[in-house]
Amino acid sequence: MSASAGHGASVRIEACGKTFAEGTRALEPATLDIARGETLVLLGPSGCGKTTMLRIIAGLELPDAGGKVLFDGKDMTSVPIERRNVGMVFQSYALFPNMSVSANIGYGLKIRGVPDKERAARVAELVALTNISGLENRRIDQLSGGQRQRVALARAVAIRPGILLLDEPLTALDAALRDRLRGELNRLLRALGITTIYVTHDQAEAMELGDRVVVMEKGKIAQIGSPREIYFTPQSRFVAEFIGAANIIEAPIENGHLVLPGGRQAIGGEANIPAAVAMIRPETIRVVETGSAPLSGMVDSVSFIGDRQRLVVSGASSKLITVDAPNTVQARAGERVGLLISPDAVRLLPQ
Amino acid sequence: MSHKSFVWLCLLPLVVVTAAFFLVPMARLVVTGAEGPQGITGYLAILTEPRYRATLINTVVLAAATTIVTLIVATIAGMFLQRHRFPGRAVLIAMLTFPLAFPGVVIGFLIILLAGRQGLIGDLTNRVFGEKLVFAYSIYGLFLGYLYFSIPRVILTIMAAVQKLDVGLEEAARSLGAGPWAVQRDVVLPALGPAFVASGAIAFATAMGAFGTAFTLATNIDVLPMLIYTEFTLAANFSISAALSVGLGVITWFILALARSFSGSAVAAAG
Repeated sequence: MSASAGHGASVRIEACGKTFAEGTRALEPATLDIARGETLVLLGPSGCGKTTMLRIIAGLELPDAGGKVLFDGKDMTSVPIERRNVGMVFQSYALFPNMSVSANIGYGLKIRGVPDKERAARVAELVALTNISGLENRRIDQLSGGQRQRVALARAVAIRPGILLLDEPLTALDAALRDRLRGELNRLLRALGITTIYVTHDQAEAMELGDRVVVMEKGKIAQIGSPREIYFTPQSRFVAEFIGAANIIEAPIENGHLVLPGGRQAIGGEANIPAAVAMIRPETIRVVETGSAPLSGMVDSVSFIGDRQRLVVSGASSKLITVDAPNTVQARAGERVGLLISPDAVRLLPQ
Repeated sequence: MSHKSFVWLCLLPLVVVTAAFFLVPMARLVVTGAEGPQGITGYLAILTEPRYRATLINTVVLAAATTIVTLIVATIAGMFLQRHRFPGRAVLIAMLTFPLAFPGVVIGFLIILLAGRQGLIGDLTNRVFGEKLVFAYSIYGLFLGYLYFSIPRVILTIMAAVQKLDVGLEEAARSLGAGPWAVQRDVVLPALGPAFVASGAIAFATAMGAFGTAFTLATNIDVLPMLIYTEFTLAANFSISAALSVGLGVITWFILALARSFSGSAVAAAG
């Protein structure tokens, strides 16, 4: 398998909503385009509709009337999952316990009637790609969590799907393994270059893996953008607070400055409004001498994390402000410090 | 009194009951089996004597057929009942499991009402074809009766197993291109394997040894429990009936053990 980009199909979902039989609205009608070869991450807290959207794309759920799912422009809405040619990795992995590792990986090919020899070659290729050599004849219950995850991915990819769908594939693993596999998964997805839709509630996964991230809240799309866009220019308070750490400050505006208890903070761009909700990322705030910054406050606490330290500063704003400072900065609780924030780092959120 | 001897004292009633009502009669049965004119070789009569051998084969075939048909009917019904919600579902399940409460005699009576000389089926065929179809007093009637009381037991076991099935497995198979039949063949049935063996074993053992239904239907049906009864009460052939009893027990136990070891490897393969 070469590292060329742009395999698989493009996906369009049109006005796809989902109301379950008992009346709960899991997904408001949503329209979304996913380019060929793109990795799109659906990100949100549990119950936000991300899994429902994935299952509609997979063909495991039908959208409400009026909704449409198109692959490469072809209407697939009423095509069942077994004829959509999608590869799917489930949160529980759903590996067949009555088959060996290689039989699991080769199952889709067997169903398709691929001859034994060709199937064996393809299985060997995927075993090598996913780094599970030596496990081919194992039973599923003899595998570790990380190995199961790899087998599930190999099985989904073996059929050369048009679209790869992953439903929280790393959630079942412990934290250290999750971090390691995230990097590995990223490398694999880039190598495959196949259209991928990835569901997660973990923003670190979304940032690392996604070409674009769709942030969802209560069945609605809150924002779509690249990881950088989502992080630096969130369009709502929900997105700002869900992605990374954020200081949310409500304050009146005078002459292009936020008026705060601890001083005045310049904001970038035009702002002809009397008051605003602003977001400032903790790592964009520099801790300086009190005299050399227009904004100052008192250090409430310092938590040394190792690669950096997290300061909580009171008095600068009406709420506590969190600052991520380099580990070389000397600051103690009770000390007064100046907070230097570039005007560009202040993001006004729509109200 | 030490703690240990206290525990042994507490176990005494169990030891007495086991000895009095299980070990002693069993030992007596085994001894009686060897006390006939042929001595210990009386035990081989179940295999060497043509009439006994034919009855043994009859019984095993009947029990096997009951087990297989029960499993097929109960699996389809159990899967449907577990996966669908519809009005009247609870009533239907209650009705299907109702025969659990019937003794074999009542089942036999039901079969006679259905397929006996004055039965419904005979009535119907008499009107349509001008000839009465009567099969209650034969091995077919017995088969129907065994089916009737095996199905509820198996349905309940299958329903519990279906409930525990991971729906994700079926979805995964479908995502890989498997149609409804392939999903059943490759995912659902293998996962239900242990439940098949467990409930099938009960159905088999019941059909091997049940007596009440057979006795109600007719005294000349060729199954082992009836043979034991006739040898014992009519021919007063104590040693042969004891040998046949032991044989029935051993053969049933052997077949169940076989199924269990087979399922053991199946369970191992199924993870």
